[in-house]
Amino acid sequence: MTATPEGRVAVTRGGDGTVQVRLSGRWRLGDGLPSTGPIREALAVAPAAPLVFAPERLEEWDSSLVAFVHAGALLGSAAGSAVDTGRLPEGARRLVAMALAVPPRVRPAATEDDALTARVGRIALHALATASDALSFLGDTAVSVAALARGHARFRRIDLVRAGEASGVAALGIVALINFLIGAVLAFVGAVQLQPFGASIYVADLVAIAVARELGPLMTGIVMAGRTGASFAAVLGTMSLNEEVDALRTAGLRPGEFLVMPRLLATVVMLPALVAYADLMGLMGGMLVGVSMLHLGPLEYLRQTQDALSLRHVWIGLAKGPAFGAVVALTGCFYGLRCERTAAAVGEAATRAVVVGIVLVVMVDALATVLLHVAGL
Amino acid sequence: MSDRPPELPVEVRGLTIGHGGQPIQRDLTFGVRRGEILVIMGDSGSGKSTLMRHMIGLDPPLAGDVYYGGEGYWAAEETRREALRRRFGVLFQNAALWSSMTLEENVVVPLQASAGLPAGEAREIARLKLALVGLAGFEQHYPAQISGGMKKRAGLARAIALDPAILYFDEPSAGLDPLTSRRLDGLIRELRDSLGTTVVLVTHELESIFALGDSAVFLDAERRTMIAQGSPQALRDSAEPKVRAFLGGGER
Repeated sequence: MTATPEGRVAVTRGGDGTVQVRLSGRWRLGDGLPSTGPIREALAVAPAAPLVFAPERLEEWDSSLVAFVHAGALLGSAAGSAVDTGRLPEGARRLVAMALAVPPRVRPAATEDDALTARVGRIALHALATASDALSFLGDTAVSVAALARGHARFRRIDLVRAGEASGVAALGIVALINFLIGAVLAFVGAVQLQPFGASIYVADLVAIAVARELGPLMTGIVMAGRTGASFAAVLGTMSLNEEVDALRTAGLRPGEFLVMPRLLATVVMLPALVAYADLMGLMGGMLVGVSMLHLGPLEYLRQTQDALSLRHVWIGLAKGPAFGAVVALTGCFYGLRCERTAAAVGEAATRAVVVGIVLVVMVDALATVLLHVAGL
Repeated sequence: MSDRPPELPVEVRGLTIGHGGQPIQRDLTFGVRRGEILVIMGDSGSGKSTLMRHMIGLDPPLAGDVYYGGEGYWAAEETRREALRRRFGVLFQNAALWSSMTLEENVVVPLQASAGLPAGEAREIARLKLALVGLAGFEQHYPAQISGGMKKRAGLARAIALDPAILYFDEPSAGLDPLTSRRLDGLIRELRDSLGTTVVLVTHELESIFALGDSAVFLDAERRTMIAQGSPQALRDSAEPKVRAFLGGGER
């Protein structure tokens, strides 16, 4: 019949005071639903007039017809009208009756206060709750570390080995790539600045100190937050989702011991090793640029590096490793264990572990830099 | 029996359950007699599983306490709670097997890490428990490699690893075909009969309720409390129409 949805509906006043809704044509999902506006207008003119749905030359119908009649009938009962669907096709009539059988639940008005103060308050309360969770997690971890130190922490050695592999060997590739490039970029930037002064050789000093003391550990920490922190959060989050963490508790095992300790131990042990490897890669990246761009001899470059790089810088860089490792493992485990029991929450836990992990790594690094400066190291 | 009332292995007194300060059920009081199978039933959303989480010590209740042999669980110190937890085994709804471990390791871990058994002995016991639930030969399988019914049985093997005096089941037949779920029901009854284990069963499967339940409590989602208590057979003629309708009584 007609192409427009509106063409299939005609609302008229019947001679007997009723509002007649005439339905015709093909009603197919996807053809668009006619507006219930005319029904509302007719009911506004004649409130509480009986509402009659009258099919006329109705060719075909599906849920779209039922949806329209349902919406119209709701308008009718809201206006106090008697609704007559008796002439609709049997199936449609029954579906409308089913939809109307349970009256729509009247929701209490949203109690959520939208004022600025209320929103600030909610954020503050949420932050407080997170802080208190984090504190109790740290306390629990401290208890487990004490148990570990006394030699009776209960976890499986295989978990430690697997976590060590994931946060060590498996990360070598990306740590190498990132730090090699960082070393090269540093050398390049340094070269551009130093070459006009004929001080190209000091590029070696720049790269050596910056990489060993700051950028090697920092980049490794950030890479590990993205790699290992996310993986810990996802694994522990899935375990929470699957009630595996609850099963541990009821089996008399503390997740802080059984799940967190192997991961914490593994990253704390592996990170300094990764940092040493990162330092080496950064120096090689610097040397590549130094040799190819500045035409320094490889031996000359190495000699200059050796002179510039006192062991103190290397130790400071290596010492950041365990700190960053602890930060990465603990944020990953914290968000994983606190994950709610939905699939979306696992994704969120992983995201948060990465974001918070990176922020904390950078903050710890900044703090270390300030403290070391004050201490005159 | 002696004159004084027998001490109940599990007793719930004045318990208000819920999370985040929102009560789901108030004032729950009931006891489980030794060797009895108690069914916790109720419509969806009535908080059956939440009640179980409070009883097995996973979530603190909003009020009241759960008593094990007369000793309040939530009033106890953490170390004491750990000892009380040793008394019961739990089969979670989706079995909650540790997916990174083989079935044998799943049973070995509570034995070895929690009860401190030497490795060899733990392995022997684990093999026995897996054999008891009909999973001999599957020791080296991972949870992902076996069917849903087998997972439930493996979860049961883990739950009975430490010979618990009390066994908790959260919807054991959820997601199982009728045959498998009947077999699991049979296993539960067999364990109770041979070991004298006290069983608390959360379910809404009529067949399990009548086949297993010695007594039952009914949680109502609307009134937010338990509205009936007694043997499932007697509850068929309960004064509460909702309980009658739930159990399909009074229709015959």
